[in-house]
Amino acid sequence: MTVVGVVGAGVMGIGVAQNLASSGYETILVDVEERILDDAKAAINRNCRLSRLMGGPALDPDEVLGRITTAVGVEALAKAEIVIENVTENWDVKREVHARLDQVLTPEAVVIVNTSAIPITRVAAVGDHPERVVGVHFMNPVPAKPVVELIPGFHTAPETVEVTRQLLSGMGKKAVDVKDASGFVSNRVLMLTVNEAAYLVHEGVATAESVDEVFRGCFGHPMGPLETADLIGVDTILYSVEVLYEHYADSKYRPCPLLKQMTDAGLHGRKTGRGFYTYDNAGQ
Amino acid sequence: MSDTTATQILSFIEARFPQARIDRTQDIFSLGFINSLFAMELVMFIEKTFGLTVPNDELNINNFRTVDAMTALVDRQRGTVGVA
Ligand SMILES: NC(=O)c1ccc[n+]([C@@H]2O[C@H](COP(=O)([O-])OP(=O)(O)OC[C@H]3O[C@@H](n4cnc5c(N)ncnc54)[C@H](O)[C@@H]3O)[C@@H](O)[C@H]2O)c1
Repeated sequence: MTVVGVVGAGVMGIGVAQNLASSGYETILVDVEERILDDAKAAINRNCRLSRLMGGPALDPDEVLGRITTAVGVEALAKAEIVIENVTENWDVKREVHARLDQVLTPEAVVIVNTSAIPITRVAAVGDHPERVVGVHFMNPVPAKPVVELIPGFHTAPETVEVTRQLLSGMGKKAVDVKDASGFVSNRVLMLTVNEAAYLVHEGVATAESVDEVFRGCFGHPMGPLETADLIGVDTILYSVEVLYEHYADSKYRPCPLLKQMTDAGLHGRKTGRGFYTYDNAGQ
Repeated sequence: MSDTTATQILSFIEARFPQARIDRTQDIFSLGFINSLFAMELVMFIEKTFGLTVPNDELNINNFRTVDAMTALVDRQRGTVGVA
């Protein structure tokens, strides 16, 4: 079975690793600290245990975790045939990780970038093998979301796209093809919506509850934009809006100061127990 | 015992959803603003608060639909474990 490396054991890395392992892939999950990896394993254990309750398939936590090994540092990925990178949405962090990956991986390995808004072509240019780098924008929670955006960069080889399509189909995902542009389709629209919703709260026009109620009640959305922000991570929202702002140099993406304050204050949403709402340490 | 159990569960839901006007028999998932993500929080809350582990065959959404159903679940688990 294909060996797949997963870089970053945060909200997305946890979901990606679980999805891979439960689909039968041998998975190596890496991050920068042992503690983060322990938390990730605990979260995967809990998510598997509660999978059926949440409307997913019945999953045996031991079986899923049995296919996942963890390690500190990307050096552990030397034998990976495919790597899915899910580190923090910050250019400096992504650049450093991709520079290391380019040295560690075999030339045949495929590198999948999971990002909210950073252009794939930009990430691919970091290493010497831009043809093996491709973007996949997974949705959150990964195991529960059957559709992803598939984004080839400027130099991405057709073989890279093909290997990625096969992996995605093995993970039970349908891919929507999208061209490379910051934010792709989903976050070009969603991040603006969440940012503007944060402005409504910031300006005192409505509470978070009322904003979300309008989206659920009036538009029939299953979740409002601010509950969605808490699910995604308020910090990740801010970083993504900043990426869009910088990339398009367009003031319509100006990040709401409330997002900045919440990020500084550690109000990152579900993952820290508090964001626009307060959670009972249930984690992601 | 069950009365305080029910009260604790009710307060937990109301603290999380201040706009909720619910009673013990109401299906919370039919209200429109509580989704399955909250089911996970309920399991965590119940396990932590009442010091028990919900067994796999009880991890059924129907056990978490109403405050009464959750209270019954807690009572059942306490009964089987046999702790006061
Ligand atoms: N959260 C979402 O809903 C969502 C959805 C789609 C895509 N994304 C994108 O996925 C990526 C990850 O997002 P997230 O929400 O999981 O973020 P997160 O903050 O929850 O997790 C990021 C993880 O990366 C780790 N990390 C940082 N530097 C590292 C390094 N050098 N080596 C290894 N690990 C490192 C961090 O320790 C952290 O555990 C981002 O690019 C984000 O934009 C997020």
